Amino acid sequence: MTASTLAIRGQSLTKIYGSGNAEVTAMEDVSFFLSTGEVVALLGPSGAGKSTLLTIVGLINSPTSGRLFIGEDLVTDGPAAKVNLRAYRRRFIGYVLQKTNLIPFLTAVENVRLALEINDVSGRAARNRAMELLKSLDVVHRSGNLPYMLSGGEQQRVAIARALANRPRLVLADEPTAALDSVRGRQVMELFRTVAREYGTTVMVATHDHRSLDIFDRILEMEDGKLLSQRHADISSRIAKV
Amino acid sequence: MNLALKDIRHNLSRFSLTALGIGMLLMIVMGMGGIYQGLIQEATLLVDNIGADLWVVQRETRGPFAEISRIPRNLEDRLKSMPGVVSARAFVTYPVQREFRDKPLRMQIQGLSWPDDRGAWLPLVAGRRIESAHYEMIVDQILGLGLGDKVKLGKNVYTVVGITKNMSSMAGDGLAFFTLLDALDIQYDYSGEAIRIEREARRWRVAKQDIGATLPSLLERALLPSSNLAALPTPYVSAVLVTLFPGTNVNTVVEKISGWTDVTVFTRDQQNELLLRGVVDRARRQLGLFRSLLIVISTIIMALIIYTLTLEKIHDIAMLKLIGARNSVILGLILQQALLLGFLGYIFAFYVGKWVFPMFPRRVVINADDLIYLAMIVFVISILSAGLGIWKALSVEPNEVVS
Repeated sequence: MTASTLAIRGQSLTKIYGSGNAEVTAMEDVSFFLSTGEVVALLGPSGAGKSTLLTIVGLINSPTSGRLFIGEDLVTDGPAAKVNLRAYRRRFIGYVLQKTNLIPFLTAVENVRLALEINDVSGRAARNRAMELLKSLDVVHRSGNLPYMLSGGEQQRVAIARALANRPRLVLADEPTAALDSVRGRQVMELFRTVAREYGTTVMVATHDHRSLDIFDRILEMEDGKLLSQRHADISSRIAKV
Repeated sequence: MNLALKDIRHNLSRFSLTALGIGMLLMIVMGMGGIYQGLIQEATLLVDNIGADLWVVQRETRGPFAEISRIPRNLEDRLKSMPGVVSARAFVTYPVQREFRDKPLRMQIQGLSWPDDRGAWLPLVAGRRIESAHYEMIVDQILGLGLGDKVKLGKNVYTVVGITKNMSSMAGDGLAFFTLLDALDIQYDYSGEAIRIEREARRWRVAKQDIGATLPSLLERALLPSSNLAALPTPYVSAVLVTLFPGTNVNTVVEKISGWTDVTVFTRDQQNELLLRGVVDRARRQLGLFRSLLIVISTIIMALIIYTLTLEKIHDIAMLKLIGARNSVILGLILQQALLLGFLGYIFAFYVGKWVFPMFPRRVVINADDLIYLAMIVFVISILSAGLGIWKALSVEPNEVVS
């Protein structure tokens, strides 16, 4: 897999929980394609299957059937993993979740450093990179603070810095602005746009927030576990706002 | 970055208290081991220190420490005449309890065959050996007596002239050393009235015999002190200790003495074996079992603590897995904390124990072998405890963060 060709491709992904009478189909026959550097919104009501799709693409859940490719690599074929998923997550995927899930006993900079160090980046280089990221996200002044000392917006920016630490090819965000006010929420969304532009990172965001849809290149809409539509966002309004 | 240390730094007070608790538990384990060792040392102390090669005791008995042994004192002379024997010393031991300064004073009296044995082998921390045939005593410091203290035992008053350290009996009573004659005096001390009654009874017994009627002078003799009556034996002693010339074949001497039908002989090792296998065996096994039980309990408690600490971090561990942390990172976090808990607990147990154990009424002996053994046990306990936490941590799915 190379950076320039990387894209995410899902083929007929289906996820069924339970069995027999207790069987629940969370996602059914979903096929999609994400290009390099693309920022994609995943829309849909609760229970639509957004989180299921996100966890399958994020390699933290396996599909019941269907295949998932990252670049040229077949990553999962049905429930069977074809690669070391944890190593893939470590090297190629960044996560931003609704709850920031920062490690509570690490400071802001240590949380970012941790993502680098588990990817074999040495101490000093990791620290420099972490500080650089915090600076670019305008939260460097809080680098020595523990998560509980930070505001919601600051925590979310630290979480984004952690997600970006290893220059991932794919950033997955699940309701990243749910706990933020509209201004902060928009700032976070714009940050994803910037990251995609500057680093060529593909960003997939599951969101209910329709106010920032203009930021996205493409919108995937889901309902009842099915992908209803894939449409491009209104380019003119996007250009005007970005 | 060391996650274990970062987590500890964040929860320092709680971690310290946990380490303290584990330390207390380990201190009890250490103390039980010390009491166990103390019991063994107390049991074999005298046999090891007194410097006798052979213990000659009453026939078919197991010696003065196991049961009552009574042999005539003149056995000393018989043994001294044997080839290869340097010295033979009569030995008396028995417990007494008296009042001293309105407090009970319980001691194990040892009679030394003065002047051959003046207590030169005793580990004196103050004072001197016994230099007089009568009225001097050497006591262990556990008895709480000081040099120059005078204690009335029987009809006489004895002065403390020397103090020993760590000389106590199997029952934990301090040892008190007297000359053999003084020890016998104290043992066979009867009141004047009891002596008068016994003499009168003796006279009456003789009067009832034909010999009393035909030899009236015997009736008068019956009223004399026991020591003046050749027909009555001299006081018995507990054992006679034999020291051999270097190079003497012990087995040959033992074989010869064993041929005598009135005594039994034990070598020093046999006497020790009798003490450990017989006298203190039950207590030793009980302490050993109790200690094993404590180790099992410590393992369970420590495992639960580590498991609880892991449960508290389960969300963070899931997050670590989500961002791709290797198992070694997670394993290291739990294992290092478990080992550190064990280590700090051990250090606490060692230093606090060092301060507390000497205050115990009986000896607590912490030797290097036991410390190394316990350190290895703590290491294994820490690993086992971490195992439970690691099992829980490795079973966590990264998608728990999302849910």
